Amino acid sequence: MLDVVIALLPAVLCSFVFYGWREILVMAVSVGSCLLLEWAITRYMLKKPSTLCDLSAVVTGILLGLNLPYTTPWWVVFIGAVVAIGVAKMTFGGLGQNIWNPALVGRVFLLVSFPTYMTTWSAPQGLFGADAVTGATPLGVINEGLMGGASVKDLMAQHGYDYGQMLFANLGGSAGEVCAIALLLGFVYLCVRRVIKPWITLTIFATVALTALIFSGVNPDRFTGPLFNLLTGGLILGACFMATDYVTSPMSLWGGVVFAIGIGFLTMMIRYFGSYPEGVSFAILIMNSFVPLINKAFHQKKFGRK
Amino acid sequence: MSKNTFAIGGVHPHDNKIARNCPIEVLPPAPSMFLSVAQHIGAPSVPVVAVGDKVKVGQVIAEPGGFVSAFIHSSVSGTVKSIGPRADLAGRPVTHIEIAVEGDEWLESIDTTDTLITEIPADNKAIIEKIRQGGVVGLGGATFPTHVKLSPPPGSKCERVIINGCECEPYLTSDFRVLLEKGEQVVVGAAILRQVMGNVPCTIAIEENKPEAIAHIREVIAKLGYQGIEVMTMKMRYPQGSEKQLIDAVMHRQVGSGGLPISVGAVVQNVGTALAVYDAVQKNKPIVDNVVTITGECFPKQANLCVRVGTPIRYIIDTLGGMPEDAAKVISGGPMMGKAIANLDAATLKGTSAVLMLTEKQTRRAPESACIRCGKCADACPMGLEPFLLQKLSRIQDTEALEANAAQDCIECGCCLYSCPAHIPLLDIIRTGKGLAMGAIRARAAAAKAAAEAAKK
Amino acid sequence: MTNTVIWTIAIITVLGVLLALVLFLVAKKFKVEEDPRIDEVEKVMPGANCGGCGFAGCRAFAEAAVKAPNLDNNYCPVGGNDVMAKVASILGYEVKAKAPQVAVVRCNGTCEARPRVNEYDGFSSCLVKSTLYTGDTGCAFGCLGCGDCVAACQFGALSMDPATGLPVVDESKCTACGACAKACPKRIIELRPQGPRGMRMFVSCVNKDKGPVAKKACASACIGCSLCAKTCTHDAIVVEGNVAYIDPAKCKLCRECEAVCPTGAIHGVNFPKPLDKDAVKARIAERKKKAAEAAKAAEAAKEAAHE
Repeated sequence: MLDVVIALLPAVLCSFVFYGWREILVMAVSVGSCLLLEWAITRYMLKKPSTLCDLSAVVTGILLGLNLPYTTPWWVVFIGAVVAIGVAKMTFGGLGQNIWNPALVGRVFLLVSFPTYMTTWSAPQGLFGADAVTGATPLGVINEGLMGGASVKDLMAQHGYDYGQMLFANLGGSAGEVCAIALLLGFVYLCVRRVIKPWITLTIFATVALTALIFSGVNPDRFTGPLFNLLTGGLILGACFMATDYVTSPMSLWGGVVFAIGIGFLTMMIRYFGSYPEGVSFAILIMNSFVPLINKAFHQKKFGRK
Repeated sequence: MSKNTFAIGGVHPHDNKIARNCPIEVLPPAPSMFLSVAQHIGAPSVPVVAVGDKVKVGQVIAEPGGFVSAFIHSSVSGTVKSIGPRADLAGRPVTHIEIAVEGDEWLESIDTTDTLITEIPADNKAIIEKIRQGGVVGLGGATFPTHVKLSPPPGSKCERVIINGCECEPYLTSDFRVLLEKGEQVVVGAAILRQVMGNVPCTIAIEENKPEAIAHIREVIAKLGYQGIEVMTMKMRYPQGSEKQLIDAVMHRQVGSGGLPISVGAVVQNVGTALAVYDAVQKNKPIVDNVVTITGECFPKQANLCVRVGTPIRYIIDTLGGMPEDAAKVISGGPMMGKAIANLDAATLKGTSAVLMLTEKQTRRAPESACIRCGKCADACPMGLEPFLLQKLSRIQDTEALEANAAQDCIECGCCLYSCPAHIPLLDIIRTGKGLAMGAIRARAAAAKAAAEAAKK
Repeated sequence: MTNTVIWTIAIITVLGVLLALVLFLVAKKFKVEEDPRIDEVEKVMPGANCGGCGFAGCRAFAEAAVKAPNLDNNYCPVGGNDVMAKVASILGYEVKAKAPQVAVVRCNGTCEARPRVNEYDGFSSCLVKSTLYTGDTGCAFGCLGCGDCVAACQFGALSMDPATGLPVVDESKCTACGACAKACPKRIIELRPQGPRGMRMFVSCVNKDKGPVAKKACASACIGCSLCAKTCTHDAIVVEGNVAYIDPAKCKLCRECEAVCPTGAIHGVNFPKPLDKDAVKARIAERKKKAAEAAKAAEAAKEAAHE
């Protein structure tokens, strides 16, 4: 778990730099409340020795914090932590027993319960920025624009979306949606340290790119292209850090591939046809539900058996 | 870097062969030697001497107790002092024959010279009988009676003899030194085995961390001029020396669940066994000694000793300077599959390969935490099993599910336990599950046999 | 507005009635015909689902009991004679009242008596430990101390005593279901009759090593000296494989064996007064003296008759 925390640090630092002290507050509240809740529940409700040293609560806290807009009030963040740790992790039995990714459950709960807070994306303000200025994420803009009848190309030109910008991120979004490079650095670190295997993430990217390629090839005005979809939204964060979470992902190679294809495809379907502009969270959670079945279907190949 | 290796799983522990440069030294016997009657797989042997009898080195002191069993010979000359239960290295009471040592008189029939005899007798049946009379068992650790392995059931055909010189366990160097110093005898032994199995091709598999041995054996084969024997360099990986994995690596065939190597046409023998075969067939010398590596970073003097069978382990350690202060655990064998010794007064067996001393820091287990289903154990398992699932099933003792998930295929190599980041003692738990699954299989087989016999009547 | 409310109520009501009707019909059509006595028997069962009867839970026991021709093979140790009497009356069978049993731990190798000779650093389970070696003491048969029995007990009747390193049975909670006896890989725990007012005798050792070996490992081991068997006037003690065993059916609780045992391996529990060893030994000596005198007298009489 320490390796995952280290891998997330570049993204966390980037978010501090772009979004300033409010982001630091959100992150602190998120990590702090996750730790506090895990300690309290383990000590007083489960009556087992503390499991804080495994740093899994820290990882959940960071991921939750990266998923939220930096203007989220601290009490909303706290509620998110309660749902993430208390409901999604502890009620299932603690570390290793949950079916759904806790950070995502927390984020989705907040999305559904506090839609205004969660969909108010402010532009990055820098470290000591003053007031927040509302803006929308590229995905949000495109989504609304399309509903209004404009075409993708026009919208892109209109808002001056540039792929370089998206990669190094100056655009609005949750802290985890910005600075793709920082996230990818973390991903490479985890692969080099052999903490995760790259195929789930790479398959998700491949599926997203392929789906976007096909759809935007058929109707470029209606459907955004592959590079746009790869770089915007929480895809990189989700594919690198949340889909690869050990507990909620399949254990075999081919099971992981099926899982990843499911996530990629569902993300694109939600983005293209759903009313939510962002689909990664829901896609991952839906595929998490299928993981026990996938594990049953894709067993390890045993020695000496056909 | 060699590419020859098995297909699934495996781990890469550091090989720690710190005793590799110690030439084999002969350790004189202890004043009293204790020979166990249970030194092999199968029925324990039955003593044929009585208290007070005088015995010579190489004399039969116990006969096979069944079809799968072996002769046991006295490793010293002297008087039989007692025959009775004595604690083995796990503390379990086993019948031992105690001999008080007097002199070092060998049976006249044994050729004790160092002359290399390369002429192999032509009669295969006579060879196998000599191997049986020599009490030769598999010295790779399993101690399966060799003459039974060399007599495959009718209908099965051997296509290749593999001599296992991998020694994949860390710290162990006894096979390495045997290859270097007794390489000629080993090659003659390999030639004998090859002939007995029908003049099939023979591969001597040696891991790439023993380049000197590989070079030396290749030279010996060329010098002695035997046909059909080759050396194959194996990738350094654990458990490369495991029988099933080695067959997979050399012949690219996988032995089925519950099956024997002969079912895919392979006969695997350890380097030490090949040497014992040479001694038994060419020198009429039964197994009375074997090479044991005494090692461990905390042990001041590393050694590869030729010890007589039945030497108390405490005597070996004392002769080499005594137990080091910081030694916390003494293991018979290597750190992966060896057994921790609970009783230092226990005596060595034919299959003892090493006495390894480890410090507290090296062996103290880390506290266990929850399984996060990372799957590293499943990646490491060379049999393609899913240890995370097997340990859960073993805890709740679900015999049916254990059998369905092939717990009986587990070779107890320890790769799962080695790779678990949560420090769960996977192998220890799965072993109990494997016992349950094997018990169920055996019970079914026994019931089927009984039903078949009842139907005949 | 009122219109909406009325329509809503009406539709929901009709829907509710329709669905209720469907459920009623389905329940009737797919009803499983069961012997009503199964439910009655299940109601009087303790409901612990412990498996002590040998069946998978109280309902399974009830089903088996109803199907069986008599109650000979069906006994609920947790419910005991009370519950069995009720079951018998429901089914119209006869049931023999069984003597209540209790779990007995037959090892008294405490940390003091049985010193540790090595340290076990492994998975804390007696079953796993027993597959690896004989344990951290010199006794190859004794309690391994990891508490598999404690974990197996569903009634919380067992606990490990940290001072002695041995499990302790809480007799008020023990239902003699046998789970602990099955869990112990060394077969140390035995179900024995509770005895009158809870008093019972047992040999607290299962060590089959020869006397000197056993004694070296544990000061309170049974050394197979057979003093107890020779002293017992009720033929209740058998010494086999260097260890003594008291047959609970024959034991008359006279405690003479406990008095003469040189290592203290024999235990008498729940007796109102502590054992006065000297008094008992004196009584035994007296009885032996009388027997010797009687034998001498008989010999003399025989000799006299011959002449």
